[in-house]
Amino acid sequence: MKHLFEGLELGRATRDAYGEALRELGRLHPEIVVLDADLAKSTKSAYFGEEFPDRFFNVGIQEANLVGMAGGLASCGLVPFISSFACFIVLKGFDQLRMSVAYPRLNVKVVGSHGGITAGEDGASQQSVEDVALACSLPGFVVCVPSDEHQTRAAVEAAYRHVGPVYIRTGRPKVPLVYEAPPADFAFGRALEVREGGDATIVANGTMVAAAIVAHERLRREGIMVRVLDMASVKPLDEEAVRRAAEETGAIVTAEEHLVHGGLGARVAQAVCRTRPVPMEFVGLEDTYAESGDAAALLEKYGLTADRIVMAVRKVLARRKGS
Amino acid sequence: MREAAPDRREGRTDFAALRDRATTIRRHIVEMLAEAGSGHPGGSLSAVEIVTALYFGGFLRYDPRNPEWPDRDRFILSKGHGVPVQYAALAEAGFFPVSELATLRKINSRLQGHPVLGATPGIEASTGSLGQGLSIGLGMALAARLTGRDYRVYVLLGDGECQEGQVWEAAMAAGHMRPENLVAIVDYNKFQLDGAVADIVGLEPFTEKWRSMQWRVREIDGHSFPEVVEGLSWATEQDGPACLIAHTIKGKGVSFMEGENAYHGVAPTEEELAKALAELEGALPRAEHSIEREAAEEKEAGR
Repeated sequence: MKHLFEGLELGRATRDAYGEALRELGRLHPEIVVLDADLAKSTKSAYFGEEFPDRFFNVGIQEANLVGMAGGLASCGLVPFISSFACFIVLKGFDQLRMSVAYPRLNVKVVGSHGGITAGEDGASQQSVEDVALACSLPGFVVCVPSDEHQTRAAVEAAYRHVGPVYIRTGRPKVPLVYEAPPADFAFGRALEVREGGDATIVANGTMVAAAIVAHERLRREGIMVRVLDMASVKPLDEEAVRRAAEETGAIVTAEEHLVHGGLGARVAQAVCRTRPVPMEFVGLEDTYAESGDAAALLEKYGLTADRIVMAVRKVLARRKGS
Repeated sequence: MREAAPDRREGRTDFAALRDRATTIRRHIVEMLAEAGSGHPGGSLSAVEIVTALYFGGFLRYDPRNPEWPDRDRFILSKGHGVPVQYAALAEAGFFPVSELATLRKINSRLQGHPVLGATPGIEASTGSLGQGLSIGLGMALAARLTGRDYRVYVLLGDGECQEGQVWEAAMAAGHMRPENLVAIVDYNKFQLDGAVADIVGLEPFTEKWRSMQWRVREIDGHSFPEVVEGLSWATEQDGPACLIAHTIKGKGVSFMEGENAYHGVAPTEEELAKALAELEGALPRAEHSIEREAAEEKEAGR
């Protein structure tokens, strides 16, 4: 992974940060209960389970039942955090997320690990590339894709404080640090400007924020100053930050470890159209599934790199010039 | 301070009163469906004795003036299309005026076509996508343990609904976790939308399925109050989750709907309503209930 993120220090996996943050929240808030579907050692919800066995339910390999049970627990005043791989909990539990969580607006926190193609060697069946689109489609859901361990901690705490359904996507591999500590100004619905610039804007989340920072540094050496927005909160989206970026920089590139349709790029495009239309380019997984391989090799093969973002920035700048 | 719990045993053995109440609920069902012009009479009518016994036979502990009382017992209608029976029972129990039943399925109504948590006082879960209620009920049953409350959770499932895989996920998990406050009741009326359950994907051997999932199981006649009351009493005394398989007749109580699957999802016409009400009038000693009459009475009373 390191060669893809030159100049950045490798931190821990976001799923590890989730497990630790959840365990700490559990010490403070007895109403938190945690459910997993036989992947607690992988999602890291096991950290909570080891310390609070009475408030931890491993329901076995049953994602639909897992989500339904969480609805029942939430309707009785408890605050369930439920975990599995992102593709299983969101896709297998989708109708249950709709009927037992979103429709009754219950206070359930859904945390899907192994998001994106960096889940790696296990192959496309375990890689989640549709989860953000699906979660965003559920009315009332907050959807968040944190970029590093520190932001994950902030997101997990924000999820606890928020009353209502939340989806957080975490990842399997260690990822570069974007922040030095949990960002104090983190909030759902607020973009964090991690690099300043006025020539164009990259709106990214998850693993792609680090790639966007690398792209920023490369372009800076050429005298092109690109703003980087960490848009962990895909929903609600910080429309005001998007509008300002469009107005002040005149060109936007989005980057996400997800299908290009239906995820961050689509939602930013909607905001751009609604506020200040400018040329846009989209970096993400095209209309395909990936395959087995190590995380870095997959990011390179499927075009989720700083190189691709740089190319997209050049393209969007050329389009703006031509328009 | 916790409010005093009403006695769960009240009314349990007054079978004549329960039968009258069941007839009233049947009248509400056919009237509200005819008024709505759509809905599911068959599976509402088959569940009348089960629902009546729960609400009026001293099983469910509830307070209609305080529907969100934390210690209340929970009833989840997992077969959400049968919601007219629950709306009728809730109105009879005083959760909302009987006159409101006439708003079923209409715009701006609290009485949605399938149950919606938060929309209607007394509704405990949003259902209508079949298969989900037992999971929700299991979560609620475990929540009682975690919050130190002693409420019970009853989940009414359809027979066709038991073709859904999630039912068996929940059954297996509950059998393993062994909550003592969870009761499942299956309204085994033998039909689903497209035909006989046995012809589409049969459930038998059905009791063995539940038993193999570590549930206590009993079969009852779902239209006999003595059997329903006795079965529910038995179910609440078990040391783990209990299931009542209630043999019922789809459309029960209205002669031309009984066992006639055409009325799975078709509302009665005006003519059919008159016929149904006449039959039910005969079943009621003091036939004084109708939505219109009660609405008029309520208006008169200034409610």
